[in-house]
Amino acid sequence: MPRPGFVLEVDKSTPPILFWRGENFSLEKLPAGRSRVIYAPEPLPAIEDVDGAIRHALLNPIEQDPLPEQLFPGMKLTIAFDDVSLPLPKMQRPDIRQRVIEAVLDMAAEAGVDDVHIISALALHRRMTEAELRHAVGDRVYDAFAPRGTLYQHDAEDPENLSYLGTTPHGEDVEINKRAAESDLLVYVNINLVAMDGGWKSTATGLSSYKSLRHHHNPETMIHSRSFMDQHRSELHKSNWRMGKVLLDSGVKVFQIETTLNTDTFPSPFGFLAKREWEWKPSDRMTFLASTKALNRTPTRLARKIFHSIEAPHQMTSVQAGDVEAVHRITTEHVYKQQLVEVKGQTDILTLGIPYISPYNVHSILNPILVMCMGLGYYFNMYKGMPLVREGGVIIMTHPTQPDFHPVHHPSYIDFFEQVLADTTDPKVMSQKWEKQYAEDEWYKHLYRTTYAYHGVHPFYMWYWGSHALQHCSRIIIVGGDPKTVRRLGFVPASTMDDALEIASDVVGRAPTITHLHAPPLMVADVS
Amino acid sequence: MKALKISRKTAKFAVARLMSPVSTIGAAKFGPLSLVNESAPTMPNAEGWHRIQPRLTGICGSDLSLVEGHASTYFDDWVSFPFVPGHEVVADCDDGRRVVLEPVLGHACRGLPLPFEGAAPGDGDDYAHLVGGHLEPGIQTGFCTSTGGGWATELIAHDSQLHEVPDSMSDEQAVLVEPAAGGIHAALATWPAVQAAIQRGETPIVAVLGAGSMGLCAIAGLRRYVPQVRIIVGARYPHQQAFARSLGADVVVPAAELARAVRRESGGHIVGDYLSGGCHATIDAVGSSDSIMDCLKFTRPRGRVVLLGMPAVVSLDLTGLWHRETALIGAYTYGTESMPDGTKRHTFDLAIETAADCQLNRLVSATYRLDDYQNALAHAAGAGRRGAVKIVFDLRASDARNKKETN
Repeated sequence: MPRPGFVLEVDKSTPPILFWRGENFSLEKLPAGRSRVIYAPEPLPAIEDVDGAIRHALLNPIEQDPLPEQLFPGMKLTIAFDDVSLPLPKMQRPDIRQRVIEAVLDMAAEAGVDDVHIISALALHRRMTEAELRHAVGDRVYDAFAPRGTLYQHDAEDPENLSYLGTTPHGEDVEINKRAAESDLLVYVNINLVAMDGGWKSTATGLSSYKSLRHHHNPETMIHSRSFMDQHRSELHKSNWRMGKVLLDSGVKVFQIETTLNTDTFPSPFGFLAKREWEWKPSDRMTFLASTKALNRTPTRLARKIFHSIEAPHQMTSVQAGDVEAVHRITTEHVYKQQLVEVKGQTDILTLGIPYISPYNVHSILNPILVMCMGLGYYFNMYKGMPLVREGGVIIMTHPTQPDFHPVHHPSYIDFFEQVLADTTDPKVMSQKWEKQYAEDEWYKHLYRTTYAYHGVHPFYMWYWGSHALQHCSRIIIVGGDPKTVRRLGFVPASTMDDALEIASDVVGRAPTITHLHAPPLMVADVS
Repeated sequence: MKALKISRKTAKFAVARLMSPVSTIGAAKFGPLSLVNESAPTMPNAEGWHRIQPRLTGICGSDLSLVEGHASTYFDDWVSFPFVPGHEVVADCDDGRRVVLEPVLGHACRGLPLPFEGAAPGDGDDYAHLVGGHLEPGIQTGFCTSTGGGWATELIAHDSQLHEVPDSMSDEQAVLVEPAAGGIHAALATWPAVQAAIQRGETPIVAVLGAGSMGLCAIAGLRRYVPQVRIIVGARYPHQQAFARSLGADVVVPAAELARAVRRESGGHIVGDYLSGGCHATIDAVGSSDSIMDCLKFTRPRGRVVLLGMPAVVSLDLTGLWHRETALIGAYTYGTESMPDGTKRHTFDLAIETAADCQLNRLVSATYRLDDYQNALAHAAGAGRRGAVKIVFDLRASDARNKKETN
């Protein structure tokens, strides 16, 4: 029986706590008597008969007819699936998307459907490589569809292949992939890694364009999403749901298939990363010591390669299909069941160890903007109720934060770092002053469409993601980061955790209360 | 008179070259430069010559390259040893005027016919006069054994080289007139590319790489005399960036970020290391292999790269220049300028206006006595990282001058 999440009150006997530092980690001693550590629940048991569960979901959907009854010869069927941004790390083969897509295709074949397109719903993310596509959908699907041009990636900058469906009552433009919009049935294959994934976000975001996305990927929406992981208090969620209504009213028929995974994040050699430190065995300590010492001597490039080759032993814990909203309600329950940890009250300081990976740097570099996004956008928002850190408090992150950018994946990030952040770190100011220029830059569009580059506007979205945390906290400190780079982000560099606590004392006093979010594995703090 | 003198001693040049990467002081101490007490230069037997006593004399990059043994052998036949360096000079003239020196040793001072009426010392398309007439060879004062140079308490200069300084102008402003003239000349050299852009209805973009004193003067020149342009500057140090902004640059970025900044302004793509388009013209105020290559990469096809910084032997892949039909031109000095409005002006007149209006005296970061030349040269060599721009010798209180005034 897996243990639930746990809040450890740090005392004098508590061993040092593991902090991620990009492609490395460190052990940090937190002050006794006023620190706590939040551990994720242990991985829930996996569904044993995955293919059986998928088939059952397709045949017994929620508030819709069984999938076979919606399939008929001569129909246009489109299967869209979540892109390379999840799960994290990528899961061991076979990927759950492959298993779902194969099940859908089997039923389509039985129904005589031969006009099938499979689309990676990447919105403004980078295109997936052939290897990444093969990993997600499997070789069989890839070889059957890609050569014929019926397995491809959504292009948000191809006006010929976008359909404008109208506006929401709030005046939000809704524009999605034309093939998806004009299909007799759109089957969406989702992996719900965190509570904000899935639902109408799958289609209204994943298959949309800048014209649509700008209505919810903006500082105003992000600041008023408290948090992204709490649908009822998320403006991002509400905007996507409004757009979903426009999709429905326009006649777009969606059959949503959502899956949830357990938090079995790291394979055995790295098992200690998910363990509670006082339960480490001598072998775990040895592995930690050997790993950190080896990584200290390993060139960053090689270390990145090693870490990005990790394939997580995630296992599926649920699959449900049918009506988008009904399905997503159940999916969210499953996510919470795996990730929710009850926490009482806020603290003055929130500490975060930033790992090597985020949804936007798979097989790539966690550049400084993504460090910010990971800490302030994702980890800060892993709450329901209220943030783990009080208003006016301090966030301390650990990460090397070097000015390293992947020139192919993140070209506009380089300019964003050099130009926009040199001018302002205020999300609202940058959105008004700079966003349009980046969104419409022809070179960025070209790179997004023809290479493996994130869209030109993407770094803005990453920065907006942290809007609430920027507004909420009075100081952000990065331990171990390149000082010049950290300052460019508008944050304060510190060489050690002790230095960081000393710096924070200007704001929160000399005996602040501290919370450390021991992630990954992912969790959501239910703060009361 | 007291003077810093450079002799033609190959071994000493070699020592300076070896030592300069480690220590400019060492290069100054053991290289071809030495502090001497000797007679003032002899006046030529010709009209129009004066004795002048420097008040302030600047240390230029070309002076430093000589002291450090990096100057090109190109100059071997265009200068005459031994000589006293120093060509950025504000001085007292023996006729009572306070003057700045236009250092080029042109036709007039050599007793040769002018190439055209009203020609400035730098004018003329045949440089034979630089090694002829009644002076020893020398492209300008500070490289000619006959005239002496500004790193001394006295030198000689011809009427054609002297410009009276207005009373309202400080010595610190006046000592920047010569570098300002060089910067303005480079700024005006971008005009053909700028004009073409304007004729096409485009906003002309000029990039300036490097913001030492020459780069900053070029920025001032662009803003004043080619005002239509959008100026993008790559400057390495924060104080240089601040000066660049205050002198009129529109966009200022660290030098390493200049190419991307140019793309952001001009549009287009980055293809490999090159921009598909780029700025209409670039002023390279550095003059190294890397800086020239960089400028070729972000200047648009059929654009113009103006080489203001003095290069020596450089290694360049010119395939891009060939393919993009880029014009690479030098901007050594000054003379009679064709202004964008079609009028003719003398660069030094423009420079005197600029030095005053732009308050270029703020670029003077430190002054040294001539005796303290080793520290002065070290400061000049490390000006950027030490937060400085222009280092000058202050000769106003020199022993020789005082002795003369007492007498």
